[in-house]
Amino acid sequence: MTSACPAVELRGLRKSFGAVTAVDGLDLTIHPGEVVAFLGPNGAGKTTTIDMLLGLARPDAGEVRLLGGTPAEAVRYGRVAAVMQSGGLLKDLTVAETVRLTASFFGRTRPVAEVLTRAGIADLADRLVGKCSGGQQQRLRFALALLPDPDVMVLDEPTTGMDVEGRRDFWQAIRADARSGRTVVFATHYLDEADAYADRIVLVRQGRVVADGTTAEIKNLAAGRIVRATLPGADQAGLAALPGVDTVEVRGDAVLIRTGDSDAVARHLLTRTAARDLEITSRNLEDAFLALTADASADVAPTTVPARVAATAAPTAGA
Amino acid sequence: MTTSSLTTPTGTATADRRPPALGGFSPAVLLIEMRRVLRNRRTLLFTMVMPAVFFLLFGLPQRGETLPNGRQVLAWIMVSLAVYGAMVATTSAGAAVATERALGWSRQLRLTPLRPAAYVATKVATAMVLGLAAVVIEFAVGATAGVRLPAHVWLLAGLAAWLGSLVFAALGLLIGYLGPAENVMQFMGPVLALLAMFGGLFLPVETLPDVLQRLAQFTPVWGVGQLARAPLTGDPVTLGVLANVLGWTAVFALGAARLFRRDTQRV
Repeated sequence: MTSACPAVELRGLRKSFGAVTAVDGLDLTIHPGEVVAFLGPNGAGKTTTIDMLLGLARPDAGEVRLLGGTPAEAVRYGRVAAVMQSGGLLKDLTVAETVRLTASFFGRTRPVAEVLTRAGIADLADRLVGKCSGGQQQRLRFALALLPDPDVMVLDEPTTGMDVEGRRDFWQAIRADARSGRTVVFATHYLDEADAYADRIVLVRQGRVVADGTTAEIKNLAAGRIVRATLPGADQAGLAALPGVDTVEVRGDAVLIRTGDSDAVARHLLTRTAARDLEITSRNLEDAFLALTADASADVAPTTVPARVAATAAPTAGA
Repeated sequence: MTTSSLTTPTGTATADRRPPALGGFSPAVLLIEMRRVLRNRRTLLFTMVMPAVFFLLFGLPQRGETLPNGRQVLAWIMVSLAVYGAMVATTSAGAAVATERALGWSRQLRLTPLRPAAYVATKVATAMVLGLAAVVIEFAVGATAGVRLPAHVWLLAGLAAWLGSLVFAALGLLIGYLGPAENVMQFMGPVLALLAMFGGLFLPVETLPDVLQRLAQFTPVWGVGQLARAPLTGDPVTLGVLANVLGWTAVFALGAARLFRRDTQRV
């Protein structure tokens, strides 16, 4: 493993469109076999980064290495394939014709029937592309991406606009495929997709990586759990002094305690106070996502910046 | 790199991976392209059906009339309409590039090893097959309706009508690379009809007013029309005719090449 070069290496990537900076000094290394979610709100620079990664856009500055070479080389040898958000299909071809046509552009591909089956659209082979639903078209794009049996598979918000069932079918196809050793990079703004399908999550905001780690690590960034209890006249200062407690908030009779050690807080509340209706909730990925990707407008910037810097530094060093 | 590991993806990259032959240009591609065209009713209507209907409408009433050299006027109309059918066919095949750009297919192609030159070659080949079909169908309708010509006239007129339509394959590509658009032929159809009129495909140029007659000689259809009808009328292929055909081919092809380069260099 150590002798293999990184699947994806982005160094100091920058891209502006007029006055808008879409990607602002992005660094990222993805190793062979990793399944990475590129997670961020709309306009975070995900698609622009993916375009540069695939050679569809030229960076203003920085470097892109794909499997040790340029994106164009990787494309030429069928080592990278992508499922784009929309477009890219001819409506007047059938599903099977589209796959056959695309196969003819490559030096060597997997059999047409095989990729149709793996993408779960074998029964749609003779349907005109223009008559396929959005989800079916997306599975067709996936079938096309399977053709060259790529080492790196890139999916740019592959389930945007799909209904719940469409999304589930699509991810089932992806998961069924999951060839061992294939590197998968997918952009998404659905947290549950990142949570369910990725080994590693890269959070981007305003064209930069703001956090990078395993799903669990990213969840931890949202700092532990919340203990909630009904406790009239709570001793706020006393609770805040308990080990592991970050903040204590009193809302009428209720008290909300953010803590890294929920057991200690719960034990204290139940044995030393009159607290009742105790609830412990884990902060989920969504909280982490919101905390890390919230727009850094003037009112929140000073308090959130240090946390974010720490978040970026720790998991990257460990990875 | 080759021996380090059998399972790392970077290790599988070697022997069995290669780019396609001829940059991805292949008979398979051509075959699927043809099927697409045949599925498009509008293209078929304008390239195959309409010229034939025109022939029956405007040609048949002139049955029995003869040209100065004794050949049938019917044959004159047939060859002219064959040129028209072929030019519409090749233009629309070339202009399909605009549709494919609008649909994002061109972008999708950039994620495959297909070379841009092979893509253009496919479009030109498709255009020429379609152009040939248009000529053959018009000639078949003519022959059925009573056009009688010596074999060499059939052949030479047919070849000239067909190969001359290469000018319009270039025009189609030029339009196709001008900008993405889904229905470019809705605009190009009337333009081509106008050019055909100035090129003397619907009526002899001599029936136009004097000023327009002079202008007509500089329009792109006139040269191909003259060239295709020369075997029939016995008119000499003048330097003016050749200059017209070659000149417009050069203009359209260079224009298309320029736009094509702009398109492929943009990343």
